[in-house]
Amino acid sequence: MENATIVDKQPVHRAGESTTSVHAGEARQKPSDAITDSICCSSTFTFESTQGILDYIELKQDREEYGRYGNPNEKVVERKLAALDSAEHAIIYSSGMAAIVGLLMAKLNAGDEIVFFDQCYHRSREFCAKHLSRFGVVTHQVPTGDFGAMKSAINQRTKMIVSESPTNPHLSVIDLEQFVALGKAHGVETLIDATLATPYNIRPIEYGVDYVWHSATKYMGGHNDLLAGVLCGSREKLEDVRNLRGILGGINSPHNMYLLERGLKTFALRMQRHNENGQRIAEFLESHARVEKVYYPGLPSHASHSIAKRTMKGFGGLITFLVRDADWRQTGAVVDACTIPRIAPSLGGVESLIEQPYVMSYFDYSAEDRKRFGISDNMIRMSCGIEDTDDLIADLQQALEL
Amino acid sequence: MKFRTRAIHVGNEPDPSTGAVVTPIHLATTFIQPGAGTWGKFDYSRSGSPTRSAVERTLANLEGAAGALAFSSGMAATHCVTMLLKSGDHIVAGCDIYGGTYRLLHKICNRSGIQVSLAPADDSEQIQSAMQPNTKMVWIESVGNPLMTIPDIPEIAEIAHRGGAILGVDSTFAPPSILRPLELGADIVMHSATKYLGGHSDCLAGVLAARDAALHQELYYIQNATGGVLGGLESFLLQRGIKTLELRMREQCRSALEIAEWLEKHKMVSRVLYPGLTSHRHHERAKKYMGGQFGAMISLEVDGDFERTKQVCQSTKLFGLAVSLGAVESLIEQPASMSHASYDAAAKARFGITDSLIRISIGLEDPSDLIEDLANAIGSGGHSVR
Repeated sequence: MENATIVDKQPVHRAGESTTSVHAGEARQKPSDAITDSICCSSTFTFESTQGILDYIELKQDREEYGRYGNPNEKVVERKLAALDSAEHAIIYSSGMAAIVGLLMAKLNAGDEIVFFDQCYHRSREFCAKHLSRFGVVTHQVPTGDFGAMKSAINQRTKMIVSESPTNPHLSVIDLEQFVALGKAHGVETLIDATLATPYNIRPIEYGVDYVWHSATKYMGGHNDLLAGVLCGSREKLEDVRNLRGILGGINSPHNMYLLERGLKTFALRMQRHNENGQRIAEFLESHARVEKVYYPGLPSHASHSIAKRTMKGFGGLITFLVRDADWRQTGAVVDACTIPRIAPSLGGVESLIEQPYVMSYFDYSAEDRKRFGISDNMIRMSCGIEDTDDLIADLQQALEL
Repeated sequence: MKFRTRAIHVGNEPDPSTGAVVTPIHLATTFIQPGAGTWGKFDYSRSGSPTRSAVERTLANLEGAAGALAFSSGMAATHCVTMLLKSGDHIVAGCDIYGGTYRLLHKICNRSGIQVSLAPADDSEQIQSAMQPNTKMVWIESVGNPLMTIPDIPEIAEIAHRGGAILGVDSTFAPPSILRPLELGADIVMHSATKYLGGHSDCLAGVLAARDAALHQELYYIQNATGGVLGGLESFLLQRGIKTLELRMREQCRSALEIAEWLEKHKMVSRVLYPGLTSHRHHERAKKYMGGQFGAMISLEVDGDFERTKQVCQSTKLFGLAVSLGAVESLIEQPASMSHASYDAAAKARFGITDSLIRISIGLEDPSDLIEDLANAIGSGGHSVR
């Protein structure tokens, strides 16, 4: 599959991942002849004359109007992200959640239904179950990877099927060919949250998925210093989504967009390292006597290993593991004993992060619900950063042996 | 801890007030004090600010220094070093140095009565011969610009110290992930952090790191007194860049070696200067000090005159035509008309800045894309272009 052109309106041969990360979406010659894009903080954009406004409206000129509808820094990053994801079009939001909300609000009406695989970010689930329902949209959750159950849940009111791949925090990888085939067979649209995979490892658009969603806060920004979300897909399908964003206002800021653009320059390079760290650390954890189980798609023991190996270039930096014979406090002690990873939610940055899902995200849930979502008391989720692999392994080793 | 881990974590301790995993950007110019005449950790941001201090701690750790200082540009950092000297003192500097340093030494330092002699830094004996009783400093580049000469830093450190001088090394072409001059005996290491340390062509900055705490204090005194400090936003961008320094360097050095080897075989390229090539005069020395990574700067000479060379530089599609170096974007330039234009004709001839010399900075793009771009530019450069 050919990566999109690396610079606007200047078709170049298929470029490598790193070349795309550095150059795609940017004008080769920029204002003031600067090599980097300037940060354009204008909240509104001026017209030379009344005729200028008429030209903009009548000729549908491609230019800025008011900051809530878009800004130049955001457009550059949208083009870069679309190129990385092999997508025709991308829309950026102020956060990953703003992106999914923006898409679902644009596409669903009262009476519509959606079906999604049940392993997912708890806030996505919460939005669908608690808030979409208020607007008359019905959500069905089916066991992750159970295409039979998903098929049975689809009916004439179903508009969209949704999954993460890999899922959070169990790292299940979805067979996208099957997922897309199911959607096409029933005339429903498909949405994949590929935050954990990133376009470096898999590009769902190339499988025919309609919408790809990322929390760009994670690997794309990559430095734990900005919030952003992105939707990728065809220009046609995203047109009403962009229009709604202009009304709802979940736009990102020029400052953030500059940081995201800068972060993306090293995207391919960072992903190689996240993949390497993830694989080696998962292997280390699996061999450790105090570890009961490791969820990482790069391990042959993982239920999704064969599909992951077949479709993904690497498996990312997120690892979930269970501490053997530990209650939640003993598990917390392992987290506390780590000296390099910081205890924090989020993932995908250069700094490794570690957390216990039970405490961090599911503390208020009932034991029954935690069980239903597969969150056990002895579970730890680690986001491997790009530190030296040996340092991270040595740190986990001492933490597990304290 | 290993280099990469330290680059991410040292100086980047969680913010005590918020737990933020990234150093906050402090733009405050002044700080409220505990009492009249009782000073807090920071008082006025020229004297120190939390964001700058954080990146200075990162840099000191990575260089193995007693302390580091961040400046508003590389030249501000170099100028600070020269202010250690006084009228009547003498500097021995390498021949193969950045044009801006050459200008500082010959057009500015001379105004305060500081004398300068140039000698080839890759020939320690000539450095020795240039030493005078009043020599107070030897200034060299760890990889010469633009001829990629490699000095023997331990030898020169010994010569300088024996003569009662300090050794300052501009290591802009070889950041601390591949070379640490302080560990080889230098007293001060300087970087144009605009290059590899920042790494993204978007932050102008300079760095000094000193091996010895007293020397660091002396430099800090001058910095505070003269004011060429790095701002809060740039300090943040610099620290952010340093987090991927080791990864970027490793990849850029690997690409540079591949491209240098390709250039060496090109029939229209008459000469390639890259320390990673076995044909390089100081390849063995570079191997000894640079730990197997040879930087990402390559100089080459094409078959052709000034115009033809200029044409090659103007024909690339991925390489941007610009001075500076060290960033994710690859750049190309003609030293005779650009980075070393401040040399007069005699100096150009003496120091090997020929009309057909081209300097390229290898970025983070895929090396096969860069080779294709160079192949097109060098191939088409000889034809008449209207």
